[in-house]
Amino acid sequence: KGTLFSPFLTSLLGSRDVTSGLFQASQGSSMADTGVVESLLGLVEKADGGVDSLEAAAGLGVDHQLLVGAVKSLQALGDLISAELRSSKHWELSGEGTEIAEQGSHEARVFGSIPPQGLTQSDLMKLSFGKIGFSKAMSSKWIRVDKAHEGGPRVFRTVRIKFTWTVITAFSENRSSTRVLPAFRTVKSYWITKGSSFSTTITKQETELTPEMIASGSWKEKKFKPYNFQAMGVAPDCGHMHPLMKVRTQFRQIFLEMGFTEMPTNNFIESSFWNFDSLFQPQQHPARDQHDTFFLSDPALAHDFPQDYLERVKKVHSEGGYGSQGYKYAWKVEEAQKNILRTHTTAVSARMLYKLAQQKFTPVKYFSIDRVFRNETLDATHLAEFHQIEGVVADRGLTLGDLMGILHAFFTKLGITKLRFKPAYNPYTEPSMEVFSYHEGLKKWVEVGNSGVFRPEMLLPMGLPEDVSVIAWGLSLERPTMIKYGINNIRELVGHKVNLQMVYDSPVCRLES
Amino acid sequence: MPTVGVKRDLLFTALGRTYTDEEFDELCFEYGLELDEITSEKEIISREQGGSKASGASDVILYKIDVPANRYDLLCLEGLVRGLQVFMNKMEAPRYRRVRPVSGEPQRLVITKETAAVRPHAVAAVLRNITFTQERYDSFIELQDKLHQNVCRKRSLVAIGTHDLDTISGPFTYTAKPPGEISFKPLNQTKEYTATQLMSLYKTDSHLKHFLHIIEDKPVYPVIYDSNGVVLSMPPIINGDHSKISLETKNVFIECTATDVTKAKIVLDMMVTMFSEYCAQPFTVEEAEVVYPDGKTCKYPELAYRKEKLSSEFINRKVGINESTETLARLLTKMCLRSEVTGAGDEIEVEIPPTRSDVIHACDIMEDAAMAFGFNNIPYTTPLTYTVAHQLPVNKLTELLRQELAAAGFTEALTFALCSKEDIADKLGKKISETRAVHIANPKTAEFQVARTTLLPGLLKTVAANRKMPLPLKLFEISDVVLKDETKDVGARNSRRFCAVYYNKSPGFEVIHGLLDRTMQLLEEKSARGDGYHIQAAEGKKGGGGGWHFRACRNSLNR
Repeated sequence: KGTLFSPFLTSLLGSRDVTSGLFQASQGSSMADTGVVESLLGLVEKADGGVDSLEAAAGLGVDHQLLVGAVKSLQALGDLISAELRSSKHWELSGEGTEIAEQGSHEARVFGSIPPQGLTQSDLMKLSFGKIGFSKAMSSKWIRVDKAHEGGPRVFRTVRIKFTWTVITAFSENRSSTRVLPAFRTVKSYWITKGSSFSTTITKQETELTPEMIASGSWKEKKFKPYNFQAMGVAPDCGHMHPLMKVRTQFRQIFLEMGFTEMPTNNFIESSFWNFDSLFQPQQHPARDQHDTFFLSDPALAHDFPQDYLERVKKVHSEGGYGSQGYKYAWKVEEAQKNILRTHTTAVSARMLYKLAQQKFTPVKYFSIDRVFRNETLDATHLAEFHQIEGVVADRGLTLGDLMGILHAFFTKLGITKLRFKPAYNPYTEPSMEVFSYHEGLKKWVEVGNSGVFRPEMLLPMGLPEDVSVIAWGLSLERPTMIKYGINNIRELVGHKVNLQMVYDSPVCRLES
Repeated sequence: MPTVGVKRDLLFTALGRTYTDEEFDELCFEYGLELDEITSEKEIISREQGGSKASGASDVILYKIDVPANRYDLLCLEGLVRGLQVFMNKMEAPRYRRVRPVSGEPQRLVITKETAAVRPHAVAAVLRNITFTQERYDSFIELQDKLHQNVCRKRSLVAIGTHDLDTISGPFTYTAKPPGEISFKPLNQTKEYTATQLMSLYKTDSHLKHFLHIIEDKPVYPVIYDSNGVVLSMPPIINGDHSKISLETKNVFIECTATDVTKAKIVLDMMVTMFSEYCAQPFTVEEAEVVYPDGKTCKYPELAYRKEKLSSEFINRKVGINESTETLARLLTKMCLRSEVTGAGDEIEVEIPPTRSDVIHACDIMEDAAMAFGFNNIPYTTPLTYTVAHQLPVNKLTELLRQELAAAGFTEALTFALCSKEDIADKLGKKISETRAVHIANPKTAEFQVARTTLLPGLLKTVAANRKMPLPLKLFEISDVVLKDETKDVGARNSRRFCAVYYNKSPGFEVIHGLLDRTMQLLEEKSARGDGYHIQAAEGKKGGGGGWHFRACRNSLNR
C-alpha cells in the first residue's frame, strides 16, 4: 500500500477519465482539434519506434482525451497511423483521498480553521469536513469544547502543532482502510506508430457523393468520410399492424395453406339454439348460466328456426334417439330462443354443418378466427371478449388418428412438433382431447388447444349421413400471441389500453421454427 | 371442471402404493384427470386469509385433482380410487345391488300433490349398517357438496338430504306448505324457526344465501316429515337438526328432492354407490319406496345396469386402430365398463354401470376404449379430404386494406366490441335510442352494456390511453360493429367498418381527408358527385364534423 502523498500517485490524478475519454472520442472524429492532429503527426514522424499517447499528451500540453480524439480521427482516414491500445494498472486515490491529498486531513483542516479565540461548535459543524474532523481532532486531543461558553459550545485548540507532511500521513494512514482506500485502476493509452500510408498532410474528407462529382469524375480522387455504423439510422415514418392481427394473419395463412375455407363468423349475436342446443349442450349446462354468458335484453329472442330440425334437436335432448339415451329433461324452446353474445365460434360451425347437411354431402374443411364473449371474471389473462381459432373437417370415415394427424400438421406449422393428448370432456364432442405441447422454456407440457369428434347427437339431427365424422379443434388467438410477444397483461395487447409503443416495436410474426 | 381435494397419503394407502408427484400426474393424465395443485389446508388458508390465520391448520398434503364435468363418479376419494384401481387392473369394478330390508317393509316416502307447485320429484334409499370414520364422514359430506355444486346445479335441480334413520320413523311424507306453517329446529341451531324466519335468518349466511332464491318466491315450500311430524328437511335449503348424522350413525336415510327426476336418480345412485362400500354388506343398498300422488310406487335407488352391443369394427374404425375384439373388451372393462365378446361376429356386449351416467351413446364407449388403449398410442394419420380453400370476401378485403393503411402511415388499433351506452351515445352527442344498438341484459359492469355501433369510441379511448406517446397519433381499425336488424333470425347483424383517427396539436383535417381519398383510390372509387364518392357536412354539426369530433375527444380524454 503506497503512502497517500507519493508523487507517483499524484501524477496519475489527471488521467482518471481516460477510459470514458476513449468512448467519447469514438462518437465522431470531427471533434478532434486539427492543431492536435497535426502536432501528433509531427511527433510520430520524428519518433523512432513510436509514441505513447499519454506521453504525447503531456509533451504537447493537452488533455489526454483530446489526444485520443486525434488518434481516432486519424485512424478513420485509413492507414495513416497505426494505434495499438495498451492498458496499465495503477493505484489511484478516491475522491476523498484526493481532497485530503490536496488540502490536508479533515482533522488538520478543523485544527487549522480554529482561530485563537475559538469557534462555535455549530459553525464548525457547517464546514464540509467539520463532522469527521471534529471527532478525530477531539480523540487526538488537539482541540477541546467549552460547552458552557457564552453563545453556545465553543471549540478551542489545545496544542500547538507545526504540521509536517509526516504527521498528516501518519494520521491519514490510520483511517485509510475505511474511506480513503486507494483503488487499483486501469489506465488506457495508445502506442502510436506510422501506418503504411503515413503522411503529415491530411486531405479533407467528403461526406456526400454529389451528382457533380459523378459528372466531373472528381469522385475518383476524393477521400470519403466513412459511415458511422455505431449510431442508429433515422426511423422511417410508417404505420404498424397490431401484433394480434399479425398473428391472426399467420393463422389464416396456415389454414388456407391446408385447404380450409373461411366461415362467415361475422355475427356476434347468436341464439342459444345455435350456440348450445344444436351442439347437444343441455339447457341446464353451467355454461348457459347468467354468470358465464351475456344474454341480450334487446333483441331478447331469436325466431325463424328450421322447424323440423328444431323438433329433432328437442327430441334428442329430451328423449334421445340416434342410438343415444338423451339427457331426459323437459327441453324448452323458450330457452333456445334466448339471444346471447356467442360464447364460441362453434355456433357458426353448427350453422355451416346444418347447411352442409341440406345438400348432397361433399367433404369440407372449415376454419374461422373471430371474437367470442364470456361474462366471466376479468384478470391479467382473461377478458370478456377474445378471439377463438377453430378448424373443422367433415368427411366420411374420419378417425381419432386423423384428428391427431391434422393437429400435428397444424401445430407443426406453428413450430410446435411435440404433442400429447389428454382425454377431456366437452358436451358436444366425443372423444374429446386436450392438446398439450412440450414447452422447452418451461420444461413442462402446456395446454395449447382443445379438440374432438362431434357427437352423433349433434350431427345426425342435422341430417348428415351416418358415416360422416366431423372433427374439430380450437384455441385462443390471444394466448399464443402473448407468448410470442412476451406480453403478461392482456390489457396491454387488446383494447384501448394497448401500449402503442409495443405495437410500434413488435416484430413480424413468423410462426414456423 | 370440478376440483376434488384428497389427502395424498390417504389416497396412496387406498391405492396400495405410493407415487412420486410426477408419477401420479402421469397416471391422472392418461385417465383424463389433471393433478391441478399440490397443497395443504395450511397453505390454502395462509394464501386466502394470510399467514397468521393459518397457524394451527393442518399441513397434511392435499392433491387437488380436476375431474371432467360429467364424471360424477370421480368426485370423492372412494370413486377416484375405485376408478384408478380398476383402470390399473388391480381390482374388478364392484357390482352394486339393491336389496330388500332383512326384516320388515322398506322405508316409504310419500309425495303429496302440493309439491307439484315447487319441487315435484323425490327419490330415497337407505345405507344399512354403515361404519363411518372421521375421514369417511368428511368425504360423505364433501361428496354431497360437490354433487350440489355440479350435477345438482347449485341445488336448483336436485338437493340431497341425509339423515340418521334411527332417530326418525317412517313412513315419510314429502309435501309443500306455506312457509308460515313450517316450523322446526334447523341443523346446528338451538331453537325452532318458521320457514319465513329461516329465509331471513339465512339471508346473511355466506353458504346458504345462494340457495334461497330457488324457493323464495313460491307460495309453498317443500318439506319432509316423518310419521311423528318431525321435520327431516326443508329442501333445497336446510335439514332438520333432529335427524342429523354423526360419526356414530349406523343407518342413513338419503332423500333427494328435485325438479329434474333424471338428475335425482343419478345423484342418489352416486351417493349410494360411493358409500355402500362401508356398509356391513359392501356395495349393497337397501331399497326405499316412493309413492307418487297418483298412487304409483317406484323403488329406489335404480342402480340400473344397461347393456349396449357394438362391434369391434366400429371402435377400430372410429379410433383409427386395429385391435382384436377380445383386446377391446378387456380395455373397456378397465374403464368400469364390463365387456364380453358375444361370439356373434365381432360383437362386444358392454354393461354400463349406474356409476357411469356419462355413457349415453356408443361413441362414449368408443372413447373409453380409446382412453384405455391410450390416446398417445394411436398412430397419427392424414385424411385424404380434398378441398379447395376460399376466403370470406369481407375478410379478404379487410386483410388487403389493413396492409395498405399501415403503408399509408396509420397504426392499427384493436378495441373492444362491447362498451357502455355512454360511449356510443352521450359522448358522441347522440341518444341511445338512435343508435340501433343491441343491449346486454346481464352486464357485470358498465363496460359491457351494449355492443358498439361505431368504432370511433374505441379509437378515441386508445388515443386517451396513449397520450404519453409522441405526436401525431395516427390510428385505424377495421372491425365489426353490431346493429339491430329485424330481417335476421336473431334480430341483429354485424357490419364491417373502417375508422381512422388523426391526433395532433393542430387539427389536420386534410390528413384524415387524404387517408379517405387514398382508401377510395385503393377501392377504385372516383371522387365525384353522383358517380363516385364525395364528402358533405353533416346537418346541424359545426365545421363539417369537426364540431362533434371535438366534443367527443374532450369527453373521451376526460375519462
